[in-house]
Amino acid sequence: MSQLIQDTPLIVAGRRFASRLLVGTGKYRDFDETAAAIEASAADVVTFAVRRTNLGQNPDEPNLLDAISPSRYTLLPNTAGCYTAKDAVRTCKLARELLDGHNLVKLEVLGDEKTLYPNVVETLAAAETLVNDGFDVMVYTSDDPIVAKELEKRGCCAVMPLGSLIGSGNGLLNPATLALIIEHAEVPVLVDAGIGMASDAALAMEMGCDGVLMNSAIAHARHPVMMAHAMRKAIEAGREGFLAERMPRRQSASPSSPFAGRINA
Amino acid sequence: MRLLEICFREAAMQIQLNGEPSQLDGEQTLAQLVDSLGLTGRRIAIEVNEEIVPRSLHAQTRLNDGDSVEIVHAIGGG
Repeated sequence: MSQLIQDTPLIVAGRRFASRLLVGTGKYRDFDETAAAIEASAADVVTFAVRRTNLGQNPDEPNLLDAISPSRYTLLPNTAGCYTAKDAVRTCKLARELLDGHNLVKLEVLGDEKTLYPNVVETLAAAETLVNDGFDVMVYTSDDPIVAKELEKRGCCAVMPLGSLIGSGNGLLNPATLALIIEHAEVPVLVDAGIGMASDAALAMEMGCDGVLMNSAIAHARHPVMMAHAMRKAIEAGREGFLAERMPRRQSASPSSPFAGRINA
Repeated sequence: MRLLEICFREAAMQIQLNGEPSQLDGEQTLAQLVDSLGLTGRRIAIEVNEEIVPRSLHAQTRLNDGDSVEIVHAIGGG
């Protein structure tokens, strides 16, 4: 056991998290399934959306924050569905009021409904406004190393490039640019969006990502709770693989068993 | 009767509530509106005219004709 490298926790804006897996709360059948999957994932950070309350229908309907307790998890309100910096900033302020002053947010400003691709112009503007207003901003962005650096310069506490389109499950489509972002970042880099399977999550961690945020890969699996557990292990395996540092690749074979002493020698 | 009608008409207010027009019977505070919607004690956040109104100020915030009110809560999302 002494051969194991002691990992450091994930630290985002001074907050320490034991788990490097961050999860969403969308697309589940009900709150029971949401809570069970999040439990199985062992995630510390849980993201949610902010929407208009249905008025006059059923004021007693269960609330997400009853299922996902703010005292147990670090809640990460997101600005999903916002297409302008203005709407994203308003949503973050509403979320801060909702959570009694909690200032950690996931900023995402989208370009269009078909791709949900980040609008980096609006994202940069919103990031600047939010940081100046005292928010700790984890930012969803494209896998562009220059934009990632610009967001970092504006004071974002974590940069979260997409692996592929939100909800697509297509995995890491451009590992080369992701590697560039990781190489140059001085804040944590988390892959956000696109994870489809456990191997995608493991690969992101093997490459040196600080964490992975996912929702659909778990919620839309046939068995979400089991997939949540699989993702937990994938993140841990990928992280340990990264810390252990991979063997060198070589073009030719190299036998694992010695040549010497073969019975036909 | 006529005087009462006039008073009532003057007191009635129209606001935008979560994007829909909504009629209020006379002057109300934000706390009274929240109560009339059955939302007292619920985990919500409120904006009036695109400005946050902290929970501690709901009781003293009077609504005005034409105000735009947004009431939001947390839902599942990624």
